[in-house]
Amino acid sequence: MALSCQPLGSFPPRLSVCVLLIVFVAAASASHDAPQDGTHDPTNVTHKKGFPVLLFNYDHVRTPFEISLWILLALLMKLGFHVIPRVSQVVPESCLLIVVGLLVGGFIKAIGEKAPALDDTLFFLYLLPPIILDAGYFLPVRPFTENVGTILVFAVVGTLWNAFFMGGVMYGVCQLEGGQLASVDLLSCLLFGSIVSAVDPVAVLAVFEEIHINELLHILVFGESLLNDAVTVVLYHLFKEFSAVGTVTVLDGVLAVVCFFVVSLGGLLVGAIYGVLGAFTSRFTSHTRVIEPLFVFLYSYMAYLSAEVFHLSGIMSLIACGVTMRPYVEANVSHKSYTTIKYFLKMWSSVSETLIFIFLGVSTVAGPHAWNWTFVVVTVVLCLVSRVMGVIGLTYVINKFRIVKLTKKDQFIVAYGGLRGAIAYSLGFLLPDHPMKTLFLTAIITVVFFTVFVQGMTIRPLVELLAVKKKMETRRSINEEIHTQFLDHLLTGIEGVCGHYGHHHWKDKLNRFNKTYVKRWLIAGERSMEPQLISFYNKMEMRQAMMMVESGSSAKLPGLISMQNIQPKVESRGRTIPKISKGREEEIRRILRSNLQQTKQRLRSYSRHDLFADPFEDMNENLSEMRFRKQRVEMERRMSHYLTVPANRQETPPVRRVRFESDDQESSRESSGVRARNVGPNSSPADAISVLEESPPLRPNRRSDGGARRSAEHGAPATDDDDDDAEEEKGEPQTQARRVSDPGPN
Amino acid sequence: MGASQTRTEDVFQELSDKTGFSLEQIRILHRRFRQLSGDEDTISKENLEKIQALDKNPIRNQIIEAFFDKRNQNDGEVGSSREIGFQQFVKVMCHFKPPTLKMTTEDKEAMRREKLRFLFNMHDTDNDGTITLDEYRKVVEELLSKSGAIGLEAAKAIADAAMLEVASINVPHMEPHEFYEGITFEHFEQILKGLEMESRMNIRFLDVDTSTMHCGKSQ
Repeated sequence: MALSCQPLGSFPPRLSVCVLLIVFVAAASASHDAPQDGTHDPTNVTHKKGFPVLLFNYDHVRTPFEISLWILLALLMKLGFHVIPRVSQVVPESCLLIVVGLLVGGFIKAIGEKAPALDDTLFFLYLLPPIILDAGYFLPVRPFTENVGTILVFAVVGTLWNAFFMGGVMYGVCQLEGGQLASVDLLSCLLFGSIVSAVDPVAVLAVFEEIHINELLHILVFGESLLNDAVTVVLYHLFKEFSAVGTVTVLDGVLAVVCFFVVSLGGLLVGAIYGVLGAFTSRFTSHTRVIEPLFVFLYSYMAYLSAEVFHLSGIMSLIACGVTMRPYVEANVSHKSYTTIKYFLKMWSSVSETLIFIFLGVSTVAGPHAWNWTFVVVTVVLCLVSRVMGVIGLTYVINKFRIVKLTKKDQFIVAYGGLRGAIAYSLGFLLPDHPMKTLFLTAIITVVFFTVFVQGMTIRPLVELLAVKKKMETRRSINEEIHTQFLDHLLTGIEGVCGHYGHHHWKDKLNRFNKTYVKRWLIAGERSMEPQLISFYNKMEMRQAMMMVESGSSAKLPGLISMQNIQPKVESRGRTIPKISKGREEEIRRILRSNLQQTKQRLRSYSRHDLFADPFEDMNENLSEMRFRKQRVEMERRMSHYLTVPANRQETPPVRRVRFESDDQESSRESSGVRARNVGPNSSPADAISVLEESPPLRPNRRSDGGARRSAEHGAPATDDDDDDAEEEKGEPQTQARRVSDPGPN
Repeated sequence: MGASQTRTEDVFQELSDKTGFSLEQIRILHRRFRQLSGDEDTISKENLEKIQALDKNPIRNQIIEAFFDKRNQNDGEVGSSREIGFQQFVKVMCHFKPPTLKMTTEDKEAMRREKLRFLFNMHDTDNDGTITLDEYRKVVEELLSKSGAIGLEAAKAIADAAMLEVASINVPHMEPHEFYEGITFEHFEQILKGLEMESRMNIRFLDVDTSTMHCGKSQ
């Protein structure tokens, strides 16, 4: 199918994938055989051998080599999926990666080697943080804070409900079933329930990324997956400790609740501290721009590790750090650093995610399994059931407090989007040697597979079927930004009139606090005083400017709207040409027209008789063509700006100035100046006027050196001195020509 | 006393039916109204200007003006009243009601239009049906007014860019000599389509509809 549309001569992707797999497996197995080679060498030294031209010493590069190979494999797989378009549209990437992992694991096992398992140090310390940091740094703060109540309820109460419901029912089932399962006690079941009940951020991200649902649902499910980490940590430790002991007292329960608050708030606090530190550091990096991104990454990672030291919630710490740091860092760092941060985060999180899913597949094949039909099936069913019940029940309560209620469709997506993933697996892996460990692991893996494969694959068609609102892809416009701010103030004001200190009131207070105290400390220079609307506007302008430069064509040219469409009234009002009599006007016009012709003649004569060829015309033709396009945009913009701003005496028309600046100043307007002149006769009144600007001011500069800047005062057209100028002009065409031939190295 | 109370209750009931607020919400609003007016039957601009919470608000004047704007009463009249009674007060508050679960898409569209109309009236101060560049500039200036000294240039530039955007979205191909008069209501609706006003322009307080809920909420 896809092969038929491959260009001739390119390697069919499926074949290359297989080849890669084989190569990789061979290398992996070779790595296990390698050590033997090294030992031969010492024995050979005693014989008189020739100088060894080629040696094989795999050992000392082994670890980095294997790591790189794994990562390379993961990324090549990712590449491969997108080459085969049909598959990637139906099956989410996470599923494909797990399948690849299964295959690789299968190969390795078939060869008889021991496949690497997803061990928890690797996962929690290296693979998880980039994903969470990426999510936290780019967390859309506004929808998050607007829905934080709902998210917390789902995260805390929902997870608790899931854990206890599942644990309890599992226990009941185990007791009923008897046999192998009878030895599973209540605490173990609760432990199992707590592991498998948490919605996984990695899986949610991976699947939801591809379906583009609206912001509200996305932030609800995703926010829940992030914030339930605290609950999971507490429950996990609680039950782990006490399943060893065997009983849980009421005191332990109370302590657990206290522990929950410590874990979550502590995590947030640690993250916020590191965030503030990072923001503060970024204030001073204006001279060492290159290392700016590193500060962001390192401070965040330290936040995560510090939280993990105290068994606080590392995920919440990381999120808090990213969210706190971001507005200040973005105000401080250069644009390039911002881009670097963005791309590095996306890159790392992408690699991590890929590796996690592949390892999940490999570990499935590798790990010891204990399959028990009842246990596994009941687990899977219970997961779904408890999730649905939890969501429906909680939504009923939440809707009483929400302004915008959650509809049935929303509830369905929230329930169905509760995917389990690698965190559950790793937590299971972390279990000390519990008698039921393998049983639990098998069940966890099955649940993960079920949610990722079945729910992951079907959620997209379901979203289409239910016509769930999708995300609006358009970037925020300046109008929307203005009105968002306007609305904020309006709603705060109305709340004030009502006398109700609500949501908006506190948000307003926080903003004001932020502006008066925090920003001053954390943002360098004068940007600390910049209102949000202005920073938004500046960013937008810069983005548009960069787009214009990159595309090289004029996106904003006339034919589309430009400033003059909006304010012609202003134009007519602002351009008060002083009243002069009709006769005078005619005379001036005649003079100027002849001047124009003279100027053009001078140009022509210059090019015909001049010794030097016009460099722009001949040598730099292509270059200036390209530049011309760019500068034409600039010029149009300037001209239209010029039109709408009242004729300011100080203002020098750019076209005019060009003629007398030397080339080595490399004013980019030069070529456009030359071109503009040639455009002369066909131009709109705008051109004529600007050309008009040129003639009178020639006078003062005649005596000055070529390349001198024109003094600014003589900008006004049609003044009384005009006829004098005109006389002088006519009298000295030759000087003019000489003058004109002077500028720079022509 | 009793007679006037039942009369007030009838009035409240009538208001509740007309505007869609619950009786409880109308009672709470009435209490606040009396507080603001100093136990009078009408409030004037001075009463509203005394509210402390509005002091730091950059668009304070527009908000106060909106209460007295006759266009927001949907009577067909224009201009500005000097005083308003409780009915008009509630009518203005109506614009900030959240959508209910039972509303259909058409109802939501109608609600969105109503809220956008309120905003439009706030911007269109001379009531000519369009927001001209000057009016829009004023809006941005007001927004930036309490944010410290940035100068009028920035406000002008932003307002110009915004106007440009509105024009390019709504009237993509204009000749250089054509003039874009101003933002009409249709264009206004178009550019703010993405914001989903019916979900955003709401006050939470008005969402409280059972008597147990407002215990503990400050008035």
